[in-house]
Amino acid sequence: MVLDDPRLADAAAGQASAKWRHDVKKEDLRVIGTAIRKVDARSKVSGLTRFADDLSLPRMIYMKLLRSTQAHARIKRVDVSKAKAVPGVKGILTGEDLPTPFGILPVSQDEHALCPDKVRFVGDPVVAIAALTEDAAWDACRLVEVDYEPLHTIGSIKEAVEHEEPRIHDYGVRGNIHRLENLEFGDLAAGFAASDHIREDTFFFEGNTHLPMEQHASLAHFDKDGKLTIWSSTQTPHYLHKALARVLHPLPAHHIRVIACPNGGGFGGKSDPFNHEICAAKMSMLTGRPVKISLTREEVFFCHRGRHPVLMHARIGVSKTGRIKALDFHSLLDGGAYGSYGTASTFYTGALQTVTYAVENYHFRGARLFTNKAPCGPKRGHGTVQPRFALEVQLDKIACDLKLDPAQMRIDNLAPRDSLTANFLQIGSMGLMQCINKVVDGSGWKTRRGLQERTADGRIRGLGIACSSYLSGAGLPIYWNGMPHSGVQLKLDRSGLVTVFCGSTDIGQGSDSVLTWIIAEVLGIDPLGMRVVTSDTDLTPVDLGSYSSRVTVMTGNAAMQAAERAREILAKGASEQLQVPVARLTFADARVFDSENPDKGMSFADAVIAAESRFGTIGTVGSYTPPKSAAKFRGGGVGPSPSYSYSATVVEVEVDPETGIYRVPKVWMAHDIGRALNAAVAMGQIEGSVYMGLGEAMMEEMAYRDRSHKGHRIFVHKIPSLLEYKSPSTMEMPEVVTYVVEDPDKNGPFGAKEVGQGPLLPIMPAVANAIFDAVGVRVDEVPITPEKVFAALVQKRAGKVGRYGPDELPPVNFGDSLKIKTPWQGGDGTAWNEPKRDKKAAR
Amino acid sequence: MIDPGKVLATFCINGEEQACAFVSHRTLLEVLREDLQLTGTKHGCELGECGACTVQINGVPVLSCLMLAVDAIGQQIRTVEGLADGPALHPLQDAFADLGAAQCGYCTPGLLMTAEALIARDPCPSREAIKQGLAGNLCRCTGYLKIFEAVELAAARMRGENPVPKRETIYGS
Repeated sequence: MVLDDPRLADAAAGQASAKWRHDVKKEDLRVIGTAIRKVDARSKVSGLTRFADDLSLPRMIYMKLLRSTQAHARIKRVDVSKAKAVPGVKGILTGEDLPTPFGILPVSQDEHALCPDKVRFVGDPVVAIAALTEDAAWDACRLVEVDYEPLHTIGSIKEAVEHEEPRIHDYGVRGNIHRLENLEFGDLAAGFAASDHIREDTFFFEGNTHLPMEQHASLAHFDKDGKLTIWSSTQTPHYLHKALARVLHPLPAHHIRVIACPNGGGFGGKSDPFNHEICAAKMSMLTGRPVKISLTREEVFFCHRGRHPVLMHARIGVSKTGRIKALDFHSLLDGGAYGSYGTASTFYTGALQTVTYAVENYHFRGARLFTNKAPCGPKRGHGTVQPRFALEVQLDKIACDLKLDPAQMRIDNLAPRDSLTANFLQIGSMGLMQCINKVVDGSGWKTRRGLQERTADGRIRGLGIACSSYLSGAGLPIYWNGMPHSGVQLKLDRSGLVTVFCGSTDIGQGSDSVLTWIIAEVLGIDPLGMRVVTSDTDLTPVDLGSYSSRVTVMTGNAAMQAAERAREILAKGASEQLQVPVARLTFADARVFDSENPDKGMSFADAVIAAESRFGTIGTVGSYTPPKSAAKFRGGGVGPSPSYSYSATVVEVEVDPETGIYRVPKVWMAHDIGRALNAAVAMGQIEGSVYMGLGEAMMEEMAYRDRSHKGHRIFVHKIPSLLEYKSPSTMEMPEVVTYVVEDPDKNGPFGAKEVGQGPLLPIMPAVANAIFDAVGVRVDEVPITPEKVFAALVQKRAGKVGRYGPDELPPVNFGDSLKIKTPWQGGDGTAWNEPKRDKKAAR
Repeated sequence: MIDPGKVLATFCINGEEQACAFVSHRTLLEVLREDLQLTGTKHGCELGECGACTVQINGVPVLSCLMLAVDAIGQQIRTVEGLADGPALHPLQDAFADLGAAQCGYCTPGLLMTAEALIARDPCPSREAIKQGLAGNLCRCTGYLKIFEAVELAAARMRGENPVPKRETIYGS
């Protein structure tokens, strides 16, 4: 199909026809909004979904990675001679076999598939060995001799700031600082001068990990035609494709096929190209055999890319009524050993503060530090979770200082809909007030808060509120290009089958099903009767991946466009055959018929035949590129999104005032998702977010064991197992009252926005605020463990400030800020003191 | 050649006999997945921590990663592949599909096998009994609530009732 095909003139304009706009009435929709099963539901409940580790091929061999036992060291010698002699060993790779560095972001290509000269955390891979059995590969790994020359270990944000040497990487800003950002919007000094009340607080958010139930696995096969196929548990097949093409050069990119298997949970943890994927590919090229690797749970902890530990300082100025006049926010991120998405993570700790509440003047400073820990990256809520905790707890403190109702104070501060924020983010639909009202009414907030009621077992009840916003997909791709973010192809068969091809990856969130619901609605067919072919770089058009909650909006819009184009072709064929004007045709119940005389019509399959007879083979495409952002300053690329979801929550806690042990019996959560494409699936996303948020709030942490042994520092992950890394079980999951708020957004398919990342964010601060409501102490640190609550209670009893948390940030020189006039100061989205970039760089 | 390092055994799996030769230290999980290609049973830790590998041995849920395959010889092994009888889904599978209790679907086989044994033991389990019964199965997607509701729905259907899921379960409050 070509775009200038005259028979597609209307649809090719790329505009959704009026019928499918965001403000379409619910009663006019047949598929959208119902609670039908997901297209893959039957196979998932039957154990028939084929995850990467469920695959095997004839003559397949098994690969294992030997990982570093040192946190930071130079590799002096690697001797694999004994390993080679182990019976069954078929191939061995070391760093020199894969010399090209890679990384998810073009600005931080700092990883090697196998460390060539230096290891940067315990778990960094050094050697890959493949053998006939997994046991033989393990045995051989144990016989590899590696001599290390230990280097000073950098174990924390503070150590990274204080030690410029040794540098973990030889790139970055300076010392062990990976990134520095310093952005000022508006006039901070004036904002604070106009404030009636100013507060400063310091917070810490410990890192935690995704913990998907599926351990990463890959199967690579370099066939006799010289083509490589890799099946992998990845959320981003397109980015893995790019990384493989880079590292395996001169193997041409079009000889590489990446198939992302359905992911057994991702949550952001399978969004980077990984060492094991590249090694499996290379090993298959070396041995000529299919190579499989399945990571152990411990290795999944080493892959990590989870939540950054972040130290934060916030200075906020408000009016007497609690209106935010100025916010000075400062974050230091512990990035771990590699860049990963860290540049974006750093910006995200500053980007969305303005999208929830209107902030008149805003200053953000953020720095990401390298440390000798497993690399951090994107986890559900990517980079916005930690500052959201800080801001929502700080607002609670402000409300307490000013004796205001925290819920009402939030409502008074809401960012207006259809507005530009101080940092030039375009807000569209905005249903946060409705969300707040729902959880306030549902929880009995106005009457139950502050009562400090006792439970039968002597605990004290408290309620806490918090809100959040989140992206519906990043406005820019991770590498600069002018191509669509998402592409969809449709093939219409004479049988009436509609097959959809799309590069998006189902990680459990239901993206395969989202495609079917949208197309089925437009074409009037049964979504469960469609065929879905996704996440295969040979067969499917590019979709950038399942991250940043982008799929519903971006592939959804692409699917909508492809479906409308198909509908147009079918309508022309049917119109001729039925002698009914196109405008009068209705597509519904797998029929195409005259809306004024429903008996006059044909089956959907006959409509395909009529159109194919008239126009030839029917296939259409759709693509989507997000709207251009108004933020033109350096750093303005992180934060823009087609739309923002909103969430508000009230969490109830019951705290034992003697021990600090608390439980969460009930949560009220309202999530503005624009429009629920499938009610039950949206509910599942929201409940899952509440669950994961509670895990982070109460117990989950990537803690490190720091010991000294014979003069050497031993710095290892403390708890790399599912038993010791505590996550909530059925017994900890509270009752959740969920409110699905629908404020349709004009950029979303049928008005839909993201669902399922946003509601994680307010849980942690709401828990902290609820504990304060119950027992009057502040835990300014996540996770909010009973030990910390107890420590704060002890302080309070001793007559001191009842608080647990960090006191200060180590000093970092951020240099001069980029100064940007806000929209209400007449700013145009550029920095007035920014050095001009040449055209090439800007492009 | 006779391999003295391997055991040749016949297992009774989902009511059918299947013979297989395997290294004697293999777990039941490994034999099911790797030697018999019954990959419906999943693994999340191989240490008995996550419940993903749950199968039934003589009707009792067992972590197949902690059981040696040789210990399963002569026992009735039931896996997720044997849950549905014929082309129709088992009521539990239907309920999980209807309510979205399987998101990524990775923990689902283990949960189904645990829940099936629970309902066999207690046809009318309370919410508390379901929580207790499934406490050994981790799920990272759902927050468990849709799973609890699906088990309740399936149990009611299996008792011959004709329950309708609560509106707020599907559409919210």
